[in-house]
Amino acid sequence: MNLTLSITNNIHNWLFSIMPEGVASIAEMVLIALVYLAIFAVAGLYLVLLERKVAAWFQLRIGPNRVGYWGLLQTMADALKLVSKELTGTVKADKFLYNLAPYFVIVSSLMALSVFPFTREFQAFDINIGIFFLIAISSIGVIGILLGGWASNNKFALIGAMRSGVQTISYELSVGLSLLTMVLITGTLQLSEIVEVQKNGWLIVQGHIPAIIAFMIYMIAGTAETNRAPFDMVEAESELGAGFHTEYSGMKFAYFFLAEFINMFIIAAIATTIFFGGWLSPFGITESIPWLGVFWFIGKTFVIVFLMMWFRWTFPRLRVDQLLTLEWKYLLPLNLLNIILMALIVWLNLTIQF
Amino acid sequence: MDTSIANSNLKSEEYFINMGPQHPATHGVLRLLLTIDGEIIKKVEPDLGYIHRSIEKMCERDSYQQIVHLTDRMDYLSSHINNEAVCLTVENALQLEIPDRVKVIRTIIGELTRIASHTLWWGVMGMDVGALTTYFYGFRDRELINDIFEETCGARLTMNYNIPGGLMFDIHPNFVKRVKDFIAHFKTKLPEYDTLLSGNVIFQKRTKGVGILTKEDAISFGASGPVGRGSGYSCDVRKHHPYSALDKVSFKEILRTEGDTFARYQVRVDEMWESMSIIEQLIDNIPEGEYKVATNAVIKLPKGEFYQKVETARGELGVYVVSTGTKNPYRVKFRSPGFSNLSLLNHITVGGKIGDLVATMATLDIVVPDIDR
Amino acid sequence: MSYFGDIYKGIKTLLTGMSVTGKYFITARKGAITQQYPDNRDTLKMFERFRGEVVMPHDENNEHRCTGCQKCELACPNGTIEIIWDRQIDPETGKKKKMIDQHIYHLGMCTMCGLCIEACPTDAIKWAQNFENSVYDRSYLTRVLNKPGSKLMPGVED
Repeated sequence: MNLTLSITNNIHNWLFSIMPEGVASIAEMVLIALVYLAIFAVAGLYLVLLERKVAAWFQLRIGPNRVGYWGLLQTMADALKLVSKELTGTVKADKFLYNLAPYFVIVSSLMALSVFPFTREFQAFDINIGIFFLIAISSIGVIGILLGGWASNNKFALIGAMRSGVQTISYELSVGLSLLTMVLITGTLQLSEIVEVQKNGWLIVQGHIPAIIAFMIYMIAGTAETNRAPFDMVEAESELGAGFHTEYSGMKFAYFFLAEFINMFIIAAIATTIFFGGWLSPFGITESIPWLGVFWFIGKTFVIVFLMMWFRWTFPRLRVDQLLTLEWKYLLPLNLLNIILMALIVWLNLTIQF
Repeated sequence: MDTSIANSNLKSEEYFINMGPQHPATHGVLRLLLTIDGEIIKKVEPDLGYIHRSIEKMCERDSYQQIVHLTDRMDYLSSHINNEAVCLTVENALQLEIPDRVKVIRTIIGELTRIASHTLWWGVMGMDVGALTTYFYGFRDRELINDIFEETCGARLTMNYNIPGGLMFDIHPNFVKRVKDFIAHFKTKLPEYDTLLSGNVIFQKRTKGVGILTKEDAISFGASGPVGRGSGYSCDVRKHHPYSALDKVSFKEILRTEGDTFARYQVRVDEMWESMSIIEQLIDNIPEGEYKVATNAVIKLPKGEFYQKVETARGELGVYVVSTGTKNPYRVKFRSPGFSNLSLLNHITVGGKIGDLVATMATLDIVVPDIDR
Repeated sequence: MSYFGDIYKGIKTLLTGMSVTGKYFITARKGAITQQYPDNRDTLKMFERFRGEVVMPHDENNEHRCTGCQKCELACPNGTIEIIWDRQIDPETGKKKKMIDQHIYHLGMCTMCGLCIEACPTDAIKWAQNFENSVYDRSYLTRVLNKPGSKLMPGVED
């Protein structure tokens, strides 16, 4: 931990010494952005491989195991193939919007990654409205999907994009409200403070019954946000074509595809930070070695990612009207009741603290 | 053009979509022309003929022993039962006396074929509604049946094991043991199918109350097999006109009265249990005897028309042979179950949504080569 | 109150469904039913009745049992077998007799129905179990079943 802190301090001082202040801070931000981009692009690729292997183990087969030992180079090969493809486009498509749509999606995903606390003092962007920022940024991704579907000039893509738009907008409500339930305990929106509050016990233990209900609602709504099964009517392969990204090929398709997996990681990371203690170890066993916090964080996130994959490969799909019925008639009233319940518990000091 | 809001008739048009010949949800090369209004279906029109191979015309050129291998490829998931239909037609026309051993073996292999077809149907049904792992679980059980067939008949899918007069060769010595092992294994797996798919609340919401077919409609459209039995129409050929060894076994005919997609699904799952009980009754006492009756090398049927119906996994298959006394048939016509079942599609899906169309087509269980021949 | 009852029952069925797939995940190493095909060619053994392709077995003197009677050609439904025969002087009796010159088998057209093997009166042809028959040039699929220079095994005709 001290090693990385000293490295970052040295780079900071060096930059500020050779350039005027404004330019140096911009250069610093660009450097951090590049580091995050590199790490998470590679992480996205390995998440794809993990999904394929986990899917194979559920289905009584072995996943990719030919390209590299245990299939580790498989997504590298896929990425190379995607990069070398021709970027097609339809004739009557609106060229500007068609090219712009993937960028909305990937930029919103990568921006949301900047606020997570990986361990103590190891956070790129620690603002005091952390959760609010996250929810706001994930709403921008919808624009990319709608633009992609509209600008493709294709009936199937349009149907898919409309369905996805309505789904994402509805489920953002549930995500926001269930996160709000937990904010009632912590009293602050800043993510590093939320993790500090959990030193007295993870939030899912502190607020017992309403926190568990909030977690279940959050998992359902989070899976629906990222258009994964059982809510993947949008890209249902056994129905009409491939949804809103039918007309994209090559690198642009790779953006959509990668953005979906990074979104999954973000939803899992939010759940880890807010419900399961972020980078804290259970019962504080390794508090003295701060840089192990990164491993705890990544481990907990991967357990939740595995849970989302388990949902995908077990359940059938919901029909579009059933999806919306679930949200507006079941999840939203439950959420509102849950907030009242949590407010009562906090007011009467019935939370469990260690 | 008058564009003021007060005078514009905002008319929404109907979309015309082609669920084309190559599509993951239509089981085979079937083209559906859909006219939809938003999400509601207004009209469905199937367009057939993409896999027509003129089997009935080829039958006019071949002799009676050679027709049998063509029927393998019609409904390839219940190929043994198709072969049995043609052989029974020829044997009844010639009034041959078939030994009991042949009848019992034909029934056992026929019921195994039915289980194999239903496990594949179950896997594909799960895949169509979105649960992608059910495909692999269904195929794992089907592979065991394919191994049994491969050991005895030599081929896994298009078996061609029946000839007019009996079987091509005798069963392998391992046959009885393998079938018993399979039944013991499958009895533990079939309840898992229920836990994974039938009991699931999402699946039940997707299939209950969807695609309702009343009993009168089932009779008037000529639905047969599980499609008819899901609506309460008792049409099992094995009960009404038994053939081979089916009059010696006791089994229930499964009927449900709701007529929706979930009822048809349950009928097929329950049929797998019944098939296993039929096999259990027959497997221990296969009578000794000959495995075929000698016929002439060149078979000539007497003049006239002959019809035989059997119950395949899809429904009632009928074979109609017109003979003028020569060594080739004059005309062979197959009454295929898929053709009549597909004709109901427009009637039961209009007014529903596209997701309902996919679920309903999965329970009609059509195999397009059966329809197009 | 049935609102909450529905929710509870629904969640219970979902969790039991997940337990089924979870069980398969845990035993995934040993339970995988994949056969790694090109790597396991040494241990792969097909069943003895498997219909791979039709061959004519020759014994160690390069003799076969085919008399050229053309019964297999008549039994085949789609003309996969062509027999080219010739009348030659039989060395024993000195009379002209029908003998086989070439037994042509079109592997590309064969439907593996087995009628030719059933029809043969002398058991000259039988099934082989190899299924890796793909070639780059279609003319390789037209096989001649009797090897060059082979002749009929004595004592077959009876």
